[in-house]
Amino acid sequence: MDAMCINGSQLEHKWQHKLKYLLVGIVFGIVFVKGEIISWYRIQEMFRLQSFHIYGVIGSAVVVGAISVWLIKKLKLKTIYSEENQFHEKPFNKGIIYGGLLFGLGWAITGACPGPLYAQIGIGYSVIIITLLSAISGTWVYGYFREKLPH
Amino acid sequence: MNLIETLKQPWPWYVVGPLIGLTVPLLLIIGNKSFGISSSLRHICAACFPSKIPFFQYEWKKEAWNLFFVFGILLGGIIAASFLANPQPILIEPKLATELSSYGITEINGLMPEQLFSWNQVFTLRGFFVLVIGGFMIGFGTRYAGGCTSGHSIMGLSTLQWPSLVATICFMAGGFLMANFILPLILSL
Repeated sequence: MDAMCINGSQLEHKWQHKLKYLLVGIVFGIVFVKGEIISWYRIQEMFRLQSFHIYGVIGSAVVVGAISVWLIKKLKLKTIYSEENQFHEKPFNKGIIYGGLLFGLGWAITGACPGPLYAQIGIGYSVIIITLLSAISGTWVYGYFREKLPH
Repeated sequence: MNLIETLKQPWPWYVVGPLIGLTVPLLLIIGNKSFGISSSLRHICAACFPSKIPFFQYEWKKEAWNLFFVFGILLGGIIAASFLANPQPILIEPKLATELSSYGITEINGLMPEQLFSWNQVFTLRGFFVLVIGGFMIGFGTRYAGGCTSGHSIMGLSTLQWPSLVATICFMAGGFLMANFILPLILSL
């Protein structure tokens, strides 16, 4: 089941420190758009096995991510605030299967996972605000029924 | 060809994938953050409509970095569209173009079909399924699964967690089912 409390770092900072995440987000958003992973067409091609593009993106991202994490653990690299890096376990529950399938269905309809929704609004498809609001309400409804759902 | 002209072209997967992968160590090093985007939807619920639901009772302000991050993604979209837009129409697989034209989606220019993603579609049955139901399934499904493509498929697989592999397989299974068997029915509405 998704963690109730998801805090990583215990440090408190002034809000200005959060601007660096805004900057990372901006670069990330540009990469999303130029890599065309926010394109509905590319997602349709992926699920019809007509193009390698998205598979290449996710595959190489995982390889680079895994090597980086391995290096951080191996070299015991600390954060810029000299904290130990924390890695969170994602324990298994049945919700991963039910929710995963449901999200997959939504991904193929809209051509977007949550990240691309924000970028799609940014590039000018303002109607995606509706999809984003709908996604927020989906998360809310999950929270409301969480105790009753099989996990 | 100058740099800007080159950047305006679509970027290949072997550039984009590693850049996304590098977000994982970058977020760890600059603040001990686990890469993940769907949590932002939960933080918005916790901030705006917690409604005494236990799942939304936590200190969302400590997670506000995630909201800065996703707002950055939106700004990144604006910047890319304003300064780095590809002057050529998008190239798509001809088989897909043929299939889409049978649903009346014929104008293929930008990154998404405007015949599907525009305000005048919201009140059609087809648009309702795509824009509203599709969005709901993203928000409900990602939280039920405990993460999305970034949290499970990239962060989870990078830290070698088998539940994230199960999640990724389920994402793909749901996507295959929708794109090949259900979406054709919706687009024919």
